[in-house]
Amino acid sequence: MIGRRKKRATEPARDAVLVPAVERAPDGAAVRAPEREDPLHPQRTVPRFGHGSRVPGWDDAVDLTKDPSEIPDPATTPVDPQLRAEIEAHMAKYPDYRSASIPALAAAQRHHGWCSPEAIEQAACVMRLTPGYLVSVASFYDMLETRPVGRHAVYVCTNISCSLCGADTLMQRIKEETAGDPDFNVRAFECLGACDIAPMVSVEGVYVGPVALDDVPKLVAQVKDGVPPLPNKQLRLRKSSDPGAARAVPGTVPTAGTPHPYGGEMPGQAPGPPAAIEYPPPEVDS
Amino acid sequence: MTDPILFAGIDEPALNTIEVYRRRGGYEMLRKALTTMTREEVLDELQASGLRGRGGAGFPTGKKISFIPAAQIDKYLVCNADESEPGTFKDRELMQKSPHMLIEGIVIGAFAAGANRSFIYIRGEYVEQADIIDAALLEAEAAGYLGENILGSGFNVSLVLHRGAGAYICGEETGLLDSLEGKRGNPRLKPPFPANQGLYQGPTLINNVETLATIPHIIRMGGAEYAKIGTDSSAGTKLVSVSGNVQRPGNYEVELGTPSREIIYGLAGGPPEGRRVKFWFPGGSSAPVLLEEDLDLPYDFNTLAEAGSMLGSGAIIVVDDSVPVVDVALKLAKFYKHESCGKCTPCREGTRWTVSMLERVDAGLATPMDLDIMASVQEQIIGNCLCVLGDAMAMPIGSMVAKFRDEFEAHIETARARNPWGDAAPEPPPPLVQGAVGA
Repeated sequence: MIGRRKKRATEPARDAVLVPAVERAPDGAAVRAPEREDPLHPQRTVPRFGHGSRVPGWDDAVDLTKDPSEIPDPATTPVDPQLRAEIEAHMAKYPDYRSASIPALAAAQRHHGWCSPEAIEQAACVMRLTPGYLVSVASFYDMLETRPVGRHAVYVCTNISCSLCGADTLMQRIKEETAGDPDFNVRAFECLGACDIAPMVSVEGVYVGPVALDDVPKLVAQVKDGVPPLPNKQLRLRKSSDPGAARAVPGTVPTAGTPHPYGGEMPGQAPGPPAAIEYPPPEVDS
Repeated sequence: MTDPILFAGIDEPALNTIEVYRRRGGYEMLRKALTTMTREEVLDELQASGLRGRGGAGFPTGKKISFIPAAQIDKYLVCNADESEPGTFKDRELMQKSPHMLIEGIVIGAFAAGANRSFIYIRGEYVEQADIIDAALLEAEAAGYLGENILGSGFNVSLVLHRGAGAYICGEETGLLDSLEGKRGNPRLKPPFPANQGLYQGPTLINNVETLATIPHIIRMGGAEYAKIGTDSSAGTKLVSVSGNVQRPGNYEVELGTPSREIIYGLAGGPPEGRRVKFWFPGGSSAPVLLEEDLDLPYDFNTLAEAGSMLGSGAIIVVDDSVPVVDVALKLAKFYKHESCGKCTPCREGTRWTVSMLERVDAGLATPMDLDIMASVQEQIIGNCLCVLGDAMAMPIGSMVAKFRDEFEAHIETARARNPWGDAAPEPPPPLVQGAVGA
């Protein structure tokens, strides 16, 4: 039968193959061959689970009599109204409601801390999709967590530009500093798109850098306290490094304050942005 | 050096608000395009400008738009803001500081393509930038630059910001479309190209942030005037992200055709004191590396292609002579192994085996023959997959092995001397499964 393996009794003889060859000393006693360290395979006996496979649960036969999980029943799946409203708002934005699966999973993750089976079931219930479909999406993307993680996401960029500037040491230092703290989700992340401030760290979406090794204890303390991390090293405060950016092109881009023939009142009621881009005060004590 | 176009006055405080953007003449080009020009006229200007896509492939933008069928069906415009090529960060700065420039470009682009729905696919890591764009979208919608009957022209377009969740492959256009449709971001077979069958099976125009943000400036200057900037084959200016071992990393707007040395040494300050450029990636980590003697090449699409590399996304990564080339190769290979989506076998297996082989080199288990095997693996990836992710690993690694073969061989020798196995070939590992489980 395809997809199904016969369940075998554990075979004690199997381990014997993995034991190195036995040599006999002149007095007849068994002497183990000297172990040589293989740099690529330091542990030559492969760890296995009780059923003999390297994959957990490999031999747990699929229950073929059971139907695949269906779209959860709204009557038996309680969903937080706030989460439901958020997912429904995302679904309304697209011509095809399935497009909202990433935003919906991200919302469920914010509510539950990770994409737990419960979170996925709730998202699937609101979106009218099977949980299996959403699991396939959640397992593809790096930012959707399919294992429980700490609530403070600290992504350290360890890609090439940052590692040329010492990101690997920084990663190790941050790991040491947060070792054993279950609140931290410290991850080595692929290029975060801020190589100008290498080595950099994304603390819950806030980019900071360049982060010196000495900054790490302060950074970790600030994350724990919930205050903005390294205020004078945040990316949003950084000015363009292009010397040409300071030169405005005469006649084409009016500088601030220049009257413009079309610069009348704005039609409609436009809410302002959350905050304007600001520059750091000359001296920031952080 | 010409005056900057995209970066002119980019540091002006609150440029991300519609007030400041309009005070600088923002959205006037949208008015001009929508109320005084026809779709064909806009397209003619874009074709005359010689603008080539800024995301990596360098395909002429005007031509790409002209591929969109004119029929009265649902058409889409997607702005690719999933800037995940290592070393690239130009779109981030544009979106963060001048989001309205992008929105204006998208609406004009949608007008030229006849698209009534548009999307910005931004990578999930760009949280701050996405929040800024969200706020800008609300402002633009309230001011009537988005939505129905824009500026009384009868043209409608909606714009939705879609946040990704961290996958390099979603920067590939068809992977992005699958991801935007709510699936795993696996690339699709081409053809059909997205211009014919893309998002929701409709004709779709996909462009990079920088390309779309340039469109209002082309309307302002006129296509012919824009084409005068740069070289014959590569018109205009380009945002170049310089990073790695340089003193002043950052984004610089340069005229295409500027000597590379002027960008790396003149603008970015060159490698730290006392060190020399060992090699550099001219267009993101996917571009084959160039050497110090290539520094005088003009930075434009055709020259770099002739030199065996590519301009790509315009990200220069400089590596100085203190860094072993094996480290860089291993870092790159691990990145592509992690990001390979697994759909095509040559890429999925090729990236994994390349990492294994480089680890062997580093562990002192390799022989120079392994380098030949590694080079042949790279050759067999190129051109054999649905998308170019595999090629993106194969080309730089292949070029590193070719150009730094002596260093790889020396590394193999020193690593072999270091390892406890000495010169002896390692015993083959004992059989893991065969005979043991089936017995």
